Formats: sequence, structure tokens, C-alpha cells
Amino acid sequence: MKRKLLAALMCIAMTAALIAGCNSGSEGGSDDSGSDSSGSAKTNEMEVEGDDVTELEVWTFIELHQEFYVNMAEKWNEANPDKKVKLVMSNMQYDDMHNKLSLALESGEGAPDVVDIELGKFPAFMVGDVQLRDLSAEIEPYKDTTVESRLDIYSKDGEKYGLPTHVGATVAFYNTALLEEAGIDYTTIKTWDDFKEAGVKYYENTGKYFACVETRAQWMINLMLAQKGGDYLDANGNLNVASNEMVEVLEYIKGMQDTGAFETIPGGQPDDEEAYPCYNSGEYAVQIMPFWQTSRFTSYMTDLKGDVAIAKTPVFEEGDIQSIGGGGTGTAVIKSGENADLAAEVFAFIKLSEEANEEVWNVLGFDPVNTEVWSDTALTQNPDNQFVQFFNTYPFDTLNEIKDGIGSLGSLTDEKWPSINNEFCTNTLNNIYESDMDIKEALEESQATLENEFK
Amino acid sequence: MKKLLYSKKIAPYVFVLPFVLTVILFWISPIVNGVLLSFQDVLKDEWVGLKNYQRLLTDKMFLKAVYNSLKYMIGTLVLLIPFPMLFASLLNSKLMKKPGFFKSIYFLPALTSVVVAGTIFRLMFGEMETSLANQVIALFGAGPIKWLKGEWTGYFALLILACWRWTGVNILYFLAGLQSIPNDLYEAASIDGASKWQQFWKISMPLVKPTTVYVLTISIYAGLSMFLESFMLWKGNNSPKNIGLTIVGYLYRQGIEKRALGYACAVGLVLLIVVMVVNLIQLKATGTFDKEEQ
Repeated sequence: MKRKLLAALMCIAMTAALIAGCNSGSEGGSDDSGSDSSGSAKTNEMEVEGDDVTELEVWTFIELHQEFYVNMAEKWNEANPDKKVKLVMSNMQYDDMHNKLSLALESGEGAPDVVDIELGKFPAFMVGDVQLRDLSAEIEPYKDTTVESRLDIYSKDGEKYGLPTHVGATVAFYNTALLEEAGIDYTTIKTWDDFKEAGVKYYENTGKYFACVETRAQWMINLMLAQKGGDYLDANGNLNVASNEMVEVLEYIKGMQDTGAFETIPGGQPDDEEAYPCYNSGEYAVQIMPFWQTSRFTSYMTDLKGDVAIAKTPVFEEGDIQSIGGGGTGTAVIKSGENADLAAEVFAFIKLSEEANEEVWNVLGFDPVNTEVWSDTALTQNPDNQFVQFFNTYPFDTLNEIKDGIGSLGSLTDEKWPSINNEFCTNTLNNIYESDMDIKEALEESQATLENEFK
Repeated sequence: MKKLLYSKKIAPYVFVLPFVLTVILFWISPIVNGVLLSFQDVLKDEWVGLKNYQRLLTDKMFLKAVYNSLKYMIGTLVLLIPFPMLFASLLNSKLMKKPGFFKSIYFLPALTSVVVAGTIFRLMFGEMETSLANQVIALFGAGPIKWLKGEWTGYFALLILACWRWTGVNILYFLAGLQSIPNDLYEAASIDGASKWQQFWKISMPLVKPTTVYVLTISIYAGLSMFLESFMLWKGNNSPKNIGLTIVGYLYRQGIEKRALGYACAVGLVLLIVVMVVNLIQLKATGTFDKEEQ
């Protein structure tokens, strides 16, 4: 009797252990993303009245975007009471979100309806059988008012897969308070030679760095490269990172570094949590960054309020392009989603309508893709706007000046771009600017590494 | 039912069934699947034969990852076996005061999450003058170092993190081994006039060998498959000049970040083979197999 009882007990224990094992396993799996400070997967549900509401799941990697989407979705619901939507939003850390999306698409399960995909990652989702929905038809009504190059960067074979957020025109942010103390007038800086000269003077007078040399991003490098007419790929789309133009650009920057006035920065680029304090405390004075850096100033470099001017970037020679679009977030709709059609229609409104473009500036501080908004001074010079208050020039004055000269690099939309970018940010730039490797040699090494990868 | 449970032939199978099932479901089938996937291009859903392996052999980045992992493994073996053994002997000694307190202190780091620890270590080894590591070396008059941007300084930070975290765990293993040695042996030795050092060298060392072999085996595996420490220390998988790239990091980069799952499976299999080979050599050299044969 005793043995029988024992056997029965053991059986129960075993089954219980198995079931318990399964349970804890699945719980652990669903909640492993809360590690990064900015990356906890916060789910945010919009409040919508009424019963006939379609739920749309949205993934973002920048929390600010959520607020913007909710504002716009409310406007949509007001205008379209028969097609009301309720956004259920999750914000995740950058890498985490893209990796999760990739896994969800791979396995065919768990993907959201709508997702923000960063430009640098976008080409990775254009490989093979594209699982994003073609949005051309929904974009059509807004096409005339939208900067075309920003639609093209999320396109493949004429089909448009992403709704752009901003232009991301590269501009110069000068800390005028520091420059004036050192006797430098930023308005006289026209060419890169002027820029370098001003840097040397600044360094001599203050002992602090003028601007940073990038090792983990290519905002300034890409701008210079575009001004030289170069690219990472040749005309036939073949990898060519060791081109003459590239060597010239990197050598020019090396020359800047050699003066001592320009130096690498903790975090490797201005848009990084380790770099913000360096600017905030005045260790570095100037940033060459896409326009959206405005929002980083108001959020992370708040001590600089009133001290920063936005201006045109320097050029090599007169007639060079004045700016290129940098970075970007393409909002995409997953093709297999149950409500993909509605999601496409709603998000085209949320991202591209005129109100949307106004909100992009008001809430996010970005340069909207509808350039008609740029000249609406009631909006762009609104004294209540936090970005107008922060900078000591009107941000859109510069944008309107360069409006017609915003270039781009073809390789940014190529399938090869994520790998090229990765190689530059880990190896190439660190080799050159941290370890003093010969530029040509470093580039050729990267060319070989990448060629092997694309084989 | 009664017959089934009391049958001497069937009952053993019933009892091992859950484990066999677990092994098949969660070990054998993923491994077989992994082997099959390593011959495919998963994104294009086609068989590519040995292409993934051919690419692997010429992939400098992969070789760099293998080099980094081996380097890390060797570093941890050198630091995390002799020192914990020494500390364990000290803790085991009757002269030690409050051994329980020190045991807890040493073990505490193992209870913290690597994610938290890695983040703290990243801040400690920041490149600003005000970071802890730079403040410490400033006491000796050395200038600020960009710790996590240099190959050897980054390696140093990784090893510090590993030692901080794993010393206590290894101490516990060795303590268990040491405590299972009968006291009579030491008494007999001291009567024969053996010094403390001779006792450690001639009694403790040979008798904890099974523990040492066990710790060595798991350390080799843990060293070669390290990922999270490097991932947290460099805030992601992309460290400058890939100084923190490990084999598993490369697997993650290819499989998850670049969506080349087939290639990542090939990387994983190579890791499996490397770990097996290193450990087989090690087990052979330490004579573990001979014992079983006797």
C-alpha cells in the first residue's frame, strides 16, 4: 500500500514539475525586454469611445512617436467615425525592436499591424519576399506635397513600403555663447577650411574641442562624401568603399583631428547618451547633425537653452550641395495583418496629411516632409513652441535656404547598407580615428571584409 | 495500471519518460534542425549545400570572434581556477574567522543580473576623466584611458567583470570538494611532519581533482559561449573594432541582426565542435576517461 502511494505521488510530482516547467518557460519568454533604461516594453492603449473600433498594434522604438500617433489618431477618429481605430502601442529599445520584428516576420507569428522601421534597418526588410504592404495607393493623395526623395528611400522596384517622418536635413548647430567668448563669428564660416580654421582658433583660445570626429555614425562623413560626389557603391551598385572621394573625405577629417581642435567623443557621435553631457557642459561646441537633433537638445542638452544657433553646413567649394537627409523612420504596415488595408489608410493620414506635418514640428521638433509647412511662419516662428524658444535663430530660416539643395546618397537604400554601416561604425572609423591606421589600408580592409560577407 | 506500475520491465521506462521526452523535444530536435538549417539560406528558403561553411572559413570577422572567445576562455581559466581554489582552501582552514560571512560576500555577485552588472561596469570603465576606473588610475598619476575602445583594456574590463561575478561560484565548488576530504588524512600527514603547504599540495590538490576537472569543463564551455557580458559591457553587439565580439555574439549578429539564420546555424555548429574538441582533449589529458574504464 505504501509503495503504491509513493508511486502515485511520484507520478503526480513528475507531471507537476513538467507543467510548471512549461509555464515558467513561457512567462520568461514574453518579458525579457525590460533591460534597457529606455527600452522597457511599455504598452500604451489609446482610449476610444464606442464599440465599433478596430484595434491596431503599433511598435515604436522612440517613445515620443507614441504621443504623436495618438494625437493624430484622435483626429482621424473625429473625421472618420465609421472607421474608428484604437492604437495599442509598444515601445522597445532600438535593436531589440528590429530584432523582434525580424523574428516575427521570419516565423510568421506575433508581428504588429504597424511598425516604425529605422532607415538603417529598412533595407534588411526588403530582402527576398517583402512582407510589408505596398503603400503607393494610400500615399498618392499626399504625394505632391511630400519631398520625393524621402519616399524613395523606403521604396523598392517602384513600390513604396514606408511612410517617412521627416527630411532630416543635415545642418550645423553652433554653441554661439562659447564661440563668442572665443571671438568666433559662426556666420563667417562658409567652407570646411573656414570651419577647420575656426576650430583651431577656438581650441587655442579655450583649450576645448570645437567639434567631434565621428566613430559610430557618419552624419558629417556622408555629407562631405555627397558634396564630393562620392558614395559607398559605384554606379553599378558594386561595393566601393575605398573610393578616392572616400579617402579624400576621411583624410580631410584626419587633418582636422591632427590640429587637436577636433577629437573623438565618448559614445562615438553627437546623438548618444554619453555624448550629450559633453555638449551640455561645453566640452565640445559644434555639431553637424540632421535637423532632428533639435529634439535631443530640448530633451538632453537643456543647459544650452538660448545658446545654440542653427546654420547651413560648410561646403568644400561653392556650389556643393548644402545638406543631405540623414536618418529617418519609415512607418510600415505588415502585409499579412488582418486590418492591413485600414492600417495603411489611417497611417498615411497620421504621417502625411498637412495636420500631421504640422504636428511633426510641434510635438517632435523635426523638419516635416511636406515642405509647404516650412514657410508657414505662424507655425515655424510660433513663440510658444519649445524649439523656437530653445534656439537663438529661427530653425526654419536655415531650412528654407537649403530647401532646394538637399542631396542624398544612393547606397542608403541599398540592401548592402546595413552591413556597410555596421562595418564603418565598428571597424573602419575606429581604426582610423582611434588607432591611427592608414586610411587607404583601413578602407581596403573593410572592402575585403564586406566583399566576403556579400559573397 | 497496477500491472504497469509494478512491472519491472516497464516501470523504469515510465520513470525516465519525462526526461527522454524533454531531451528529444528541447535538445535533439533543435540540434538536428540546426544542422539542417546550416545547409540552407533561410530567407530565400533554399538549400545551398556547403556554401555557409565555405563562407565561414574565409570570414575574418568569424575568425576574430573565435580568437576573442578563445582569449576570453584562457583568461578566465587562468584567473578563475587557481584563485578560487586558493580562497576555498583559506575559507576551509580552521584559522579563518567568520568563513560564512566571506562565503556570502563572495557569492553575492553571482546573484545579481549580468544586465545590471554589465551596465554598471560600462559606466565604471567610461572614457571620461570622471569614470571610476580613470579616477583610480589617476591616483597613480596615469592619464585617462578609453577603456572600452582598446583591445587589451577592453579585455581587462571583461575579465574583471568575469572574476567579480564567478569567483564566488567556483569557490563554492572547491569548498564542496575540499570538505569531502576526510580529516584523518590531514591528521596523519601532520603527525608525519608534513607542512601546511605539503598538505595542500599532496592531499588537497589530488583529492579535489574531480572538482577541478568539472570546473575546468564548465569554464571552457562558459568561456567559449560567453555573450551577455560583452553585450552589456558594450551596450550592444557592435563594439569598436569588434573587440568584444564573441562566437555567440557573431551568431546573434548574423542570425538575428542580419537575418542570415542558416549562416548563424553554421556558426553555432562550429562552436559546438570547438567546445567538444577542447573539452575532449582536456578530459583525455586529465585522465577522466581512464578512470571510467577501470
